[in-house]
Amino acid sequence: MIDLTLIYWLAGGYFAWVAWRGLNDLDNPRRHTTALFWALAALSLLAGDRLPPALMGAVVVALAAIAGLGGLRRGRYRETSGEQQTREAARLGNRLFWPALLIPGVTLLIAVVFNDAQVAGIRLFSATQTTLIGLGLACVAALTAACWLTRQWPGEAIEQSRRLLDSIGWAALLPLLLATLGSVFSASGVGDAVAGIVQSAIPGDNRLAAVLAYALGMAAFTMIMGNAFAAFPVITGGIGLPLLVHGHGADAASLAAIGMLSGYCGTLMTPMAANFNLVPAALLELKDPYGVIRAQIGTALPLLACNIALMYVIPFTTW
Amino acid sequence: MNYWPLIGVAWVVAGFALRLNPALVVVSAGLVTGLVAGKDLLTVLELFGTAFTNQRYLVLFLLTLPVIGLLERHGLKQHAQAWIARLRGATMGRLLVAYLGLRQVSATLGLISLGGHPQTVRPLLAPMAEGAAQSRIGALTDDQRQRLRALCAGTDNVGLFFGEDIFIAFGAVLLMQGFYAENGIVLEPLQIALWGIPTALCAFTIHTGRIFSFERRLEREARALATRAIQPETAP
Repeated sequence: MIDLTLIYWLAGGYFAWVAWRGLNDLDNPRRHTTALFWALAALSLLAGDRLPPALMGAVVVALAAIAGLGGLRRGRYRETSGEQQTREAARLGNRLFWPALLIPGVTLLIAVVFNDAQVAGIRLFSATQTTLIGLGLACVAALTAACWLTRQWPGEAIEQSRRLLDSIGWAALLPLLLATLGSVFSASGVGDAVAGIVQSAIPGDNRLAAVLAYALGMAAFTMIMGNAFAAFPVITGGIGLPLLVHGHGADAASLAAIGMLSGYCGTLMTPMAANFNLVPAALLELKDPYGVIRAQIGTALPLLACNIALMYVIPFTTW
Repeated sequence: MNYWPLIGVAWVVAGFALRLNPALVVVSAGLVTGLVAGKDLLTVLELFGTAFTNQRYLVLFLLTLPVIGLLERHGLKQHAQAWIARLRGATMGRLLVAYLGLRQVSATLGLISLGGHPQTVRPLLAPMAEGAAQSRIGALTDDQRQRLRALCAGTDNVGLFFGEDIFIAFGAVLLMQGFYAENGIVLEPLQIALWGIPTALCAFTIHTGRIFSFERRLEREARALATRAIQPETAP
């Protein structure tokens, strides 16, 4: 059975290779710390679940220190000129699209069609996290296709990916670091403190005030946590359930749905949601790390206003 | 109620506002929050380590990079731009709106991994949008290119967020149902999921309007640049 451990090993092996190549990249002024960064990332993927948690915590601090003190720099990656690329594009044509499309294609195939496939009574893929297993295997399939198409070996693909990886740099691990912050926040009672403040600040008998507090509270707390899932139990437990459902008789289902989507408006506006907002900015080589957030605010704010209007009407109407 | 852990929130906000390195801000905020909440250093490190190990799947998207790096070395970007330029009637605005709609509808059906920043935005959507804009208004300035790419990334996010919530097996819907069940309110996932539709329609309308207004602004800027090029200013 293929489970997520195998995909972690795959990614760990990939980072280890990147670390080794980085160590030998003499054009990188900080090649030792760059290599150490990816080596620690490799270690956490290969053996993270077998090392003591406190040691892993120290690894997290080390990763942040390398990233924060400018230890990640760019090197040289056997790049080709724009002219050569245009010539290759003309030669290979639409065939270039196929490996790229294999990534979502194979992921879906495994996650949706073959997720319960069995061979001789044994599950082919683990029942949990099938989409991620699919993604990992899809990358292998797409890499094979891309190598076959371009007549290159996988080592060249990894060499080319270092160019992308080093320009994303620390942003690549930021979603993971934020997740650790989220767990410290919830273990330290940040959510209760926020709910306490909001509850003491709003008048409970005014429906509009309660709706505003719930929708804006969801958006604001999502911006703090970077994740609407973390905000939902805190804000719904602190405001939505006592004030709106029990106090004003709101319909629980529609209130929750619109409340969660108010939180999503917050996700569009916060650097804490690094995987949606900061990583793409790095991936697209934007000069402004907050460029994607800037592009989204114009959608997020009017949409939040729409959510408030919907929340004022829908949960209080009999359908 | 202990309000001290809120220092961690303030720390993060201040760190991002001062544009300090986010990785450093986040980890130091975690340390500070844990310590003021009365935990010792070892416990905080253990919390870090456990959360980091449990959430390792968040870096698996990097596995797509070798494929994309290799294909880009062999002209994927150039080909995507040429391909869209040949497509008649394909403007940047129409391309992005079509992508937004497809992303929303496929996310509604649970096909979340059909798109994404490393999978589709960087290798396909952004070069195609640039190609379509260039074939209409000529070469883009660096600033225009940056704003266009940011809009592409934003379009993927909006499409994903305001589609996935309508899919009943999606984590958010199950989270809401589970939360209510714990509080004695029994709901069907479908009841929750369907109420995501009004917001999804609003999101599509608002973002479509913004895509087209961005396109008009690009055209205006290109015209202004062209007139200035034809009539060079004589004043010193």
